Amino acid sequence: MDDKNTILCRCEDLTRETILACIESGCHTIDEIKRMTRAGMGPCQGRTCRMLIAQELASYYHVPLEDVLMPTFRPPTKPVPMGILADAFSEEEGGDSE
Amino acid sequence: MKKGYDVIIIGGGIVGCATAFELAKRGITDVLLVEKGYLTSGATGRCGAGIRQQWGSELNARIAMESTHLFENLEEYTGYNHSCGLHQGGYLLVAYTEKEWAQFQENLEVQHRLGIDSRAVDLKEAREIVPCLNTEGMFGATFCAKDGHADPFHCTQAYAQGARRMGVEFLTYTEVTGLQVKSGHIAAVETTNGTFEAKTVINCANVRAPELAKMVGEDIPVTSERHQALVTEPVAPLMDCMVMSFHRSYYVQQTPHGSFVMGIGPKEEPSFNFHSSWQFLEKNCAVICEALPVLRKLNVVRQWAGQYDLSPDRNPIIDEAKEAAGFYSVCGFSGHGFMVAPRIAILMANHLAGQDDTMDIRMFSKERYQTGKLLLEPAVV
Ligand SMILES: Cc1cc2nc3c(=O)[nH]c(=O)nc-3n(C[C@H](O)[C@H](O)[C@H](O)COP(=O)(O)OP(=O)(O)OC[C@H]3O[C@@H](n4cnc5c(N)ncnc54)[C@H](O)[C@@H]3O)c2cc1C
Repeated sequence: MDDKNTILCRCEDLTRETILACIESGCHTIDEIKRMTRAGMGPCQGRTCRMLIAQELASYYHVPLEDVLMPTFRPPTKPVPMGILADAFSEEEGGDSE
Repeated sequence: MKKGYDVIIIGGGIVGCATAFELAKRGITDVLLVEKGYLTSGATGRCGAGIRQQWGSELNARIAMESTHLFENLEEYTGYNHSCGLHQGGYLLVAYTEKEWAQFQENLEVQHRLGIDSRAVDLKEAREIVPCLNTEGMFGATFCAKDGHADPFHCTQAYAQGARRMGVEFLTYTEVTGLQVKSGHIAAVETTNGTFEAKTVINCANVRAPELAKMVGEDIPVTSERHQALVTEPVAPLMDCMVMSFHRSYYVQQTPHGSFVMGIGPKEEPSFNFHSSWQFLEKNCAVICEALPVLRKLNVVRQWAGQYDLSPDRNPIIDEAKEAAGFYSVCGFSGHGFMVAPRIAILMANHLAGQDDTMDIRMFSKERYQTGKLLLEPAVV
């Protein structure tokens, strides 16, 4: 991929140029880039951009793709409406096991 | 890298980075900051980043107010070329019991003495401020328009980059594994990337601060408690301020980006648990949807967990080790360390630079748990 204007994170509308600027400023991991730019924080939670950013990191630091640290996969795996979760709580009638 | 430094700071959260910046500003630039992950990988990167001046004790209200003034110009203050994301949409603190409502009146008096622009609002006005608020069960609320939140990643970067420009060095992905003491004075810091001599060490490792202090024989009464948060998909602006309740223990805000960030404060056993739980997900949604029913339709996109470094009186501890002079611990922020970090960093830097401060650093000593001079705070989640 050469084009600097290619979109790497579609949810947050981030170009390859933005991601490269982050890496050049010293980011070593997907997690750091995520925190600087919001890459991977949108509705798809990084399903598309995660690997694309990993490729950029691997090529910049000359390391195998497997060595790029993956960010923590955070629940829920799929967006869920708050109302459904709220009702689940009331149905368990104080299912307060915390 | 050099063999030694005047000051080594352990921990690259907002407290460590702000302290590095304030030291450098005072001419103390022979400083190394050691962080085991990346900057903001601890509580700072997991927090709600809420900033409120509506405290009940004069001390907290003052530290928060002075910190807020620093947040208001942080970009210029640190020379950062990105926005730090400060949004002052206010905090609406809601009272669900008569006792809480009475306490709020006392808190307002404390705030007004300091010149904080907060006020009591009735339920009608509360609904004007937050039209989608369900005020059932509420007695009233207080509001301060200058409260708000900022971007914790960029605030920390702002301090770090400013410090770096003045000569501070940063060593990330490096863990402090040991501390060396010689003749009652801190002498060196052992890390996974070598040992560095140091005349002064500042322990800003948050929930990990007690175990580091233990290495020089200090007991710090701080425990780690898991707190979780979640974020929804972004939507058009629905409310501008943070809504927070102590009694029902929740906070919820809409970020400038449109998503809602929220959390509840369950009582948990001390742990270093970083896992998210489905119990939190459900209970949080039940509690928040009752206060803001419109949120029922919003999708939760992500949840996460972090730690509060709880001290016995829920206020920070700043202490020099008895058996290792020059080793300072700055921890115990008990869930509100982000909003006070700018002012606490100044206090610490003034102390090390031998400069006067209008605040007496000694009152933060852990000695207060022996003398009984606790820093009590009625307005804390
Ligand atoms: C869910 C949640 C919500 C919150 N909401 C708010 C809020 O709205 N407002 C507010 O003001 N505060 C809030 N807080 C509290 C706030 O996040 C913290 O008080 C603050 O970030 C503490 O900053 P710190 O720099 O002391 O700690 P941290 O950011 O945790 O930094 C400590 C650093 O030390 C590093 N470290 C630890 N051990 C070692 C070692 N041995 N060697 C090297 N490095 C080490 C860690 O990796 C970490 O990066 C919240 C916290 C949580 C968990």
